Formats: sequence, C-alpha cells, structure tokens
Amino acid sequence: MNRSKRRTGRRHPLATAALLALGLVFTGGAYAAFSTTTAQAEPSPTSQETIEEGGKLFQANCATCHGLDAQGTNDGPSLIGVGAAAVDFQVGTGRMPMQMQGPQAEQKPVQFTDEQVKQLSYYVASLGPGPDIPADSLVNGGGDAANGAELFRINCAMCHNVAGAGGALTEGKFAPPLTDVSGVHIYEAMVTGPQNMPVFNDLNISPEDKRDIITYLQYVQDNRSPGGFELGSLGPVAEGLFIWIFGLGAIVAITVWITAKSN
Amino acid sequence: MSTATTQTPQRRTFTAAASNYIDERTSVSTFVKELGRKAFPDHWSFLLGEVALFSFLVILITGTFLTFFFQASMAEVEYEGSYVPLKGVEMSVAMASTLDISFDIRGGLFVRQMHHWAALMFVAAIGLHMLRIFFTGAFRKPRELNWVIGFVMFILAMGEGFTGYSLPDDLLSGNGLRIIDGMIKGIPLIGTWTSFLLFGGEFPGTEIVGRLYTLHILLLPVILLALIALHLMFVVVHKHTQYAAPGRTQQNAVGPPILPVYAAKAGGFFFLVFGVLALIASLFTINPIWNYGPYDPSPVSAGTQPDWYIGFADGALRLIPPGWEFVLFDRTWSFNILVPLVGLGLFIATVLIYPFIEAWVTGDKREHHIVDRPRNAPTRTAIGAAGVTFYAVLWAAASSDIIATHFKLTMEGVIHSLQALLFIGPIVAYFVAKRVCIALQKKDREIVLHGYESGRIVKLPGGEFIEVHQPLDEYDRWKLVSYESYQPLMIRPNARGKITVGQRLRAGMSRWFFEDRIAPVTKGELEAAHHEHH
Repeated sequence: MNRSKRRTGRRHPLATAALLALGLVFTGGAYAAFSTTTAQAEPSPTSQETIEEGGKLFQANCATCHGLDAQGTNDGPSLIGVGAAAVDFQVGTGRMPMQMQGPQAEQKPVQFTDEQVKQLSYYVASLGPGPDIPADSLVNGGGDAANGAELFRINCAMCHNVAGAGGALTEGKFAPPLTDVSGVHIYEAMVTGPQNMPVFNDLNISPEDKRDIITYLQYVQDNRSPGGFELGSLGPVAEGLFIWIFGLGAIVAITVWITAKSN
Repeated sequence: MSTATTQTPQRRTFTAAASNYIDERTSVSTFVKELGRKAFPDHWSFLLGEVALFSFLVILITGTFLTFFFQASMAEVEYEGSYVPLKGVEMSVAMASTLDISFDIRGGLFVRQMHHWAALMFVAAIGLHMLRIFFTGAFRKPRELNWVIGFVMFILAMGEGFTGYSLPDDLLSGNGLRIIDGMIKGIPLIGTWTSFLLFGGEFPGTEIVGRLYTLHILLLPVILLALIALHLMFVVVHKHTQYAAPGRTQQNAVGPPILPVYAAKAGGFFFLVFGVLALIASLFTINPIWNYGPYDPSPVSAGTQPDWYIGFADGALRLIPPGWEFVLFDRTWSFNILVPLVGLGLFIATVLIYPFIEAWVTGDKREHHIVDRPRNAPTRTAIGAAGVTFYAVLWAAASSDIIATHFKLTMEGVIHSLQALLFIGPIVAYFVAKRVCIALQKKDREIVLHGYESGRIVKLPGGEFIEVHQPLDEYDRWKLVSYESYQPLMIRPNARGKITVGQRLRAGMSRWFFEDRIAPVTKGELEAAHHEHH
C-alpha cells in the first residue's frame, strides 16, 4: 500500500506501460519505414548494385563449380546465357548450391533469402541474354484449367504422372512431384529445362498455354480428390497394396473374430 | 418352422401357416432340413471363399446401379459436366457418362468407388482362398474338379476386372488396352488379324468399349454365376474339409449346423464385408479418371499400371531384356511378347492341373476330408512357396518405377534385381520353406514325445539339474500326430515285366516329394517315451 501511494504521488501507474508502448511504436515504425525503403530498393535487374551484390554471392557460393566468371568447369556447366529464370528456379527451390554430385540435384532447404536469390539471378542474367523471371500475370493461375490439363497430359504426364505425383526416369533420375511447386517455379522449369527436363520454349508451348498448365496444377493442388484420400495419387499400385493390407487385413480380422470360440 | 407347428399344434401361427403353404407346394422342407443340418467346420480360413462370394454380390449390386447411368459408346462429345479441368474437352460418351456418374449423379462416385474396391477385394479374396486350399491340400480327391472350377473363376474374375477397368475409356484404361493390343499383335501369323477383329479395325477404333461392356455385364457374370453355383454345389456334395482333431474322421464333418446360427453368422458376415467395402469406398479414392482424362493414343502417364491382379502379366513384360525381337521370313518375331505369354500360360496351366500332378505322384486314390497342416506336407508347401515367390516377383516388377522412386533406387537396378530374383527367388523359397516345414515337424515330434518345456528347473537329490517337461493333453496331441506320411513309390515292373519310362518318372517324382520326411509319432514311440519319463 505504502509503495503504491508513493508511486501515485509522482506519476500515473500506467506511465511505465505507456512509455514502453511508445518506445515500441517508434522502434516498430522506424523498422517498418526502413524496411519499406529496402523494399523500394528491391533488386532491379538493371541496377549496378544488385549485380555487384549478386556477383559477390556468386563468387562465394557458386564459383567453385561454375568457375569465377561462370564460364563453367569440369564440375559444373557454364551459366552464361542461362538467364535469370534458371538461377531463380535452381537456387529458389534449394537445388543449388548442390548438395552432392548425383544423378540429379535434389531439393533441400533454400539457402538464400528471396533478395539474395534475385541478386544472384540478375548477376547471371547480366552475363548473357536468357529467359527472364516470368511476369506475375503468367503464373498466378488465371488461365484455362481444361486446356492446361490437356497440355499437361500430352507434354508432362509421361514423366510427372497425370496427377503431378512424379515418376521414375532412368539411372536414378526422376521427375519430381509437382504437388507443392509454386507457379513461378513451374514456369521457369518449363522455359529452362532444369536437370533432366527438356526445354519447352515459347514456340513449343506459348506463354498463355504455360499459364494454363500452371492453372491446372494449381487447381489440383487446391482441390483435393473428390473421392477421398488420394493414396499418393500413385494409381493402381497404391490401390492394390491398400486392398491387400488394409481391406483384406480388416476382413481377415473379422473372420477370426466370427470364428473365435465364445467363452 | 416345422418345430413351431409341432409345439403349438392347436393354434396355427401365421409363420407356421405360411411355411406349410410353401412346403405343400414346393416340398422345400426336405431341402432345408438337409441343407440346414449340414455341418460347417469352424475355422477363420474357411470363410475366405465367402468373402469372395460376398464381394461378388456387392459388385453385382453396385454394378447394376452403374449400368443405369453408364453409356458404352465411343461417340465423341464435348464434356459439359461439373468437373472444371475437363470442361469443353472432347471425349467419348463412355468417359463423359463415367464423369457424370462421378460428379453429377447423387451417390454415383461412392457407388463407382465401391464397385471398384469390391472388385479388387473379390480377386484378392479369391487369391487368399486359393492359397488356403493349396497349402492345406484341400484340393485332393474328391475336390480336384472344384479346384479347377475355382481356378477358372479366378481367371474369369481377372477378365471381369480387366474389362471393367477398360470401360471408362480414360487414359489409364486406354493404355492398358494398348498393351493388350500389342500382346495380341505379337502373336505370329494371327496376331494382327485377331487385333483387327477384336477392335473392329485399327486400334483403338470405335467398337471396343461396347464389346467389352457386353462381356463385362453379360457373358462373364453369367458364366461366373453358373460356376459359383456349381462350386457351392460341390461344397455341399463333398462336405466341407476340416482340420484333424479328436472325433473328426474322413467320414464326418464336425461343426455347428448351418441352420440356424451358422446361417445367421454368414448373413451377418455379408453385411460386415459390405460395411468394410462401403467404408473404404467412402474414404479412399480409386481410379480417379478425372485426373487421367480421356483416352488419346499419344500420352502415357508415368506410373501407368494395371489393377493389381493383372500386375503379374505387366511385370513379366517389364522384366524381358531388350532386343528379343527379330525379322525372319519377312515377319517380325516378338519374343519379348511371346516368352511372357507362353511362360505365364505354362505357369497358369501348372497351377490349374496341380491336383492331378500330385495325385499321380502320390498314387493315392483315397478320399481326403481332413486337411493337412502345411508343415506336414513339406514338399507341397515348398512348391507353393516357390510359386508364390515367382508370382510375387512378377507382381513387384509391375511397380518397378514406383519402387525406384520411393526407395531412391535406379530403375535399372530394380529391374536387374528382379530379373535375377525371378529365377533365384523361387529356388531359395523352395529350400527355405521345406527346411522350415521339416524343422517344425521335428519340433512337433519333440513336443509330442517329451511335452512342453515348462521352464521349471529342478535339482534332483543326486545334485543333477533337470528341466521339467509338461506333458501334452490328449486333444492337443491328436492334432500333432494325426497326419499321413507317404513313402516314396518303389519302381515295380508292370504286368509284362517291364519298367516303363512313366514308371521311372513317377518313382523319381515320388522320391523328390517324400524322400525327406518326418514320420508322425507312433503309438509305440509314445509309450516308450512315457515309459522313459516315469
């Protein structure tokens, strides 16, 4: 009681809290303002600063295999002319820097921030002309899903499976599942042909058709199977295993129960 | 029903009157009395055939529903149903009507999924039922013909499955048909003609769905139903088999009578099977044709497989090494197709006639109503294990690509391992199974003679430690000692004093079957063992 009396005598009991809140608002506001300014300075493809930063990242993380000037070595191909799209895909999905030499680069947690990925991309883009990172309008899924589905079955399903569940290739290579790949990465994969994938250039599949394919894949990602659990969308193999193990397993358990001797 | 009449003769209940009415006009009571008093030995594995039967009933019920809405036509239409990613796509009426069943008809998707899951269950239950019959030797005289009937039904069930799988005219089923078309075309001389006859022209044509539909809903089910009736009639005629136990002989069948409890149980069991299938169908997607899209001869999806029961044939095609095809006499000889066709044909034929082979080898003309425990027929069990391994390797080969991606292996590694396993696996399985059977028989013998190890260690007055063995009670012992052990046949000259090649072959086979054997414990041995212990 005594202590509180003394406090009320000097300042309002909530003054400390108010001061703290004020401090937080200022710090937060300043941070927000600062980050807005950095957002405004998002790496632009042409800015000299971006390219320089990207160059430094490249020297530190990529040059061992791709060479100091990205000209390629025995361990990695030349990156001159692969374009920003290739780098954005490979680094942005965590395939590069590569974990180990193998049949193909495996996905792993992404190693750089989005900003750094862009800096690297534009650095490589500055070395020679190549496919650029696609515009948002092409990858946000506003196209014709039916056309995309048909194109997907004709061009993609033989490796990636009709439902985009992935599939096997020769010698340990494989087509990865497309069940949680972003639209921009799907587009970049089509134009750059990463790992063992062929390139689908704009003459082969037009940008609008690519948008339709992405629309279809996003439809499949967003709308789960109307029939219930998909069992991995792996088709009859998963279904067969399921009926033998769980279906017939349940039935056999029931037969044992029915014929059990009652006590 | 008749008891109700005798208990209350003065007051005629409606049930009694009705049964009497029916009986006076159909004499059904003799039939009910006869069938109702049939004993049905109780063992869980004896219900597997019922599972197949009940799955078939579910297939009939759901299939009838599907025929109301399915249209078996290959005319081209533009899809205008509610599944967005197929809107406006050209497809056959068959595919469009299947999509309508799935998306626009109330309960359609559920019934379609139940039909398909029940089909998978049907063939799986037949498979398990056949394995039970094989490993217990229930195919021996007098049941050889019923084995053949059952096996023919297994083949027909696969035919039913495959024709049904092909009906929706989606990408997956079209790919399956293309493989069948390729296999038919691979047959020398008649292949191409047969293919054109079947498809009404060049593949895929516009006929095949309608033709398969007729097979699927008319011809095959009718043959299946007739064979089921015959199969069950034989079960009634032969009586059911039973495991050895006190009081069970080759002349009787011990178990609860069919009426009333057993029939009620079986009726309840139907609803349990129905319930399990309904549960699976409501929770798990099967054959999502909306993903596969309409059939178009150019695309093939990764992970294209047939339903599980055709997998062994697909696997056989996958395991053939490349390059087994050459041109001779101006014709292409596709041994990459002929070898699997002939190989699988031989395998199927061997399974079909196995009862006759074994009967010939044993020379046993007696009837067998008491089934073997698998361990007591080591060579048969070993042959079965080898056959199962052979089939399982082919089956696994059909999913080689999925094995490769999911276990992070190379496709080539998987294929080469399976190629080797196809030959080594059955041999290893044969010897392992045979040794395991003989070891188990030895263990049984040991238990019969000396009882169970009780784990109780006793120190004798002289200082010696012994473990007390608990003797077996007579009921348990019966199960362990009552089996037959055959001696290898002797080569004997026939009436003309000659030893034929057939005789030699038979004696050789018999030696192979019965050379390694553990004879059941005899009464004398048992008494001697008891004597020793007391």
